[in-house]
Amino acid sequence: MKFLLQRIAFYLFTAWAAITINFFIPRFIPGDPVTSLINKFQGQMSTEAIQSLYVLFGLDKNASMWSQYIDYWGQIFRGDLGLSFTFFPTPVSEILGQSLPWTIALVGITTFASFMIGTSLGVLAGWRRGSWLDGLLPVTTFLSSIPYFWLGLLAITLLAGSDSFFPSSGGYEPGLVPSWNGEFIGSAVQHSLLPAITILISSVSGWILSMRNMMVTVASEDYITVAHAKGLSERRVMVSYAARNALLPNVSGFALSLGFIVGGTLLVEIVFSYPGIGYNLFQAVGSKDYPLMQGVFLVITMSVLIANLIADVAYLLLDPRTRKEG
Amino acid sequence: MSAPATTITAVTPEGPAGVATPAKRQRLRFVANPKAATGLVVLGFFCLIAIIGPWIAPFDPSARSNDLIQGPSGKHWFGTTHLGQDIFSQVLVGTRGVMFVGLLAGIIATALSVLIGVSSGFLGGMADEGLSALSNVFLVIPALPLIIIVASTIPGAGDLMVALVIGLTSWAWGARVLRAQTLSLRRRDYVEAARATGESTWRIITVEILPNLTAIIASGFVGTVIFAVMSEITLAFIGISTISEWNWGTILFWAQSQQALAQGAWWWFVPAGLAIAILGTALSLINFGIDEFVSPRLRSSGHTRVKTADGRTVKMRVGFTPVLSQNDKLDPVTPVVRKAADEAKGAA
Repeated sequence: MKFLLQRIAFYLFTAWAAITINFFIPRFIPGDPVTSLINKFQGQMSTEAIQSLYVLFGLDKNASMWSQYIDYWGQIFRGDLGLSFTFFPTPVSEILGQSLPWTIALVGITTFASFMIGTSLGVLAGWRRGSWLDGLLPVTTFLSSIPYFWLGLLAITLLAGSDSFFPSSGGYEPGLVPSWNGEFIGSAVQHSLLPAITILISSVSGWILSMRNMMVTVASEDYITVAHAKGLSERRVMVSYAARNALLPNVSGFALSLGFIVGGTLLVEIVFSYPGIGYNLFQAVGSKDYPLMQGVFLVITMSVLIANLIADVAYLLLDPRTRKEG
Repeated sequence: MSAPATTITAVTPEGPAGVATPAKRQRLRFVANPKAATGLVVLGFFCLIAIIGPWIAPFDPSARSNDLIQGPSGKHWFGTTHLGQDIFSQVLVGTRGVMFVGLLAGIIATALSVLIGVSSGFLGGMADEGLSALSNVFLVIPALPLIIIVASTIPGAGDLMVALVIGLTSWAWGARVLRAQTLSLRRRDYVEAARATGESTWRIITVEILPNLTAIIASGFVGTVIFAVMSEITLAFIGISTISEWNWGTILFWAQSQQALAQGAWWWFVPAGLAIAILGTALSLINFGIDEFVSPRLRSSGHTRVKTADGRTVKMRVGFTPVLSQNDKLDPVTPVVRKAADEAKGAA
């Protein structure tokens, strides 16, 4: 329990740090790009909306930094992230609310699947070292060196076409209205297959490699020799003795590398024009939509923190030592 | 227990099929790790291109011509863009930006990680708590989105700026690894001895600790260069950094925005992407080389089949005690086998 509380305290601290970074970054923008954008929409924006953008971007030169900071926090807690310029006059929070489920479904499921597949292959590769599985390693090295988005481009060229089963862009058939019926879900799954395969192929190799290396290290421990000597079946020694112990560093590695993976997967969304957060970020960058960019960064960071917390709970369940000490 | 009873025979390799002869060992010691060697050669090639690329490029990468969107040919090796620009020249000229940003960001991040990781591990106490909390925060915050929003607030960010942003945001992983290693080093006897002889903290860190961290620092550097190259290309690809300077990401940016895919112009984005993948693979290979140099267990073993005294073959695996169970082979284990095994053991 103590372990979990410590982690929660750390994540709260990180969340505070991320929000504070988010507060300061726009204040370093040279010139005043936001003022010009506000001027462009003058007359179409309510005074309230203008005020909230002033707080977000520190345009209110009269207020002290400290009172700006307090106002900023107040706004974050109310879920007010300003108005998007690209999708004027929709609030940023509304846009993110629409795209977040897409990203969580695509990135969440594929990341979890790639961790599972990569770890299982890594167990085999580490256990049967010197067998044909070693041949996998150079291939995976090459695959992990390919940028996610480029693999996506290749996948579109090779597999998607006007008459192919795989659609090359979008999250669902253009004519459909998002709802929970079979037709829409089928279409959404069909559209997510190619991005999912792309993410899976480029992210799985990292897990294979780290799990293999852990297995190799664990395999020479005394308790493995003892397990062999007891006459336990090869399979049982591999799964219950070696893999179980080798898994622990990989689970904590999962938490730490999540930030890197999420960054890469956002790009896959861009290539496939998938209606998730990554595509929002791309649109925001293209049109210098600072409120949307800031909102995307906050939402991504918070999701990664929550995913980290879940990984910590998994670690707690897997490793009895952390429970005992608590 | 219903597990089948097994007979354990200690297997001692014998004869020519056994352990490597001394001559072979000697050679292995002097021939560099093949992975690292391959990686270094490829990296050297890209560095060379980065230096001489702009001089040997057959065309000006921005110069337009009348050959619009043409496939690879003798004149244009990698084909042309929608404006008739030569893609081969763009890749050659773009190498410099990629290598410059990658190496500079790697140097900045490595310097920071050594500074923060080693001091946090060596000093301990409150300083350690603070510094490791700082690096954990930077580890958990997704780096790429952070780099994107920081870079996008700098209008027309050039190579130098991009390298700075990447370098300043990606030191955390190295710092964490270095801290852990420093923690294990600082209580070793030779460090205690140095302290007892009255050496200054500064001297202990630079002379006693740092040389023992060389491999970790090197592998951290290579890892950061991979990350920096990827991030830089990503920034160019989504159009944040200036598109007036050529790099591989810029080529991909134009390919994407000019619908190269829809026009079937595969030559537009395949060369740049392959170059990224090959450079990344080379850097990873160097890193594997370093890892295997530090921890020999990780080396993939070559010939692992060994003949035992009774003519059975056993697969030797590093770290495993070879176990022969009765189920392996149908013929029963006779006392002769045990005797032969004992003799072999005695001979060894």
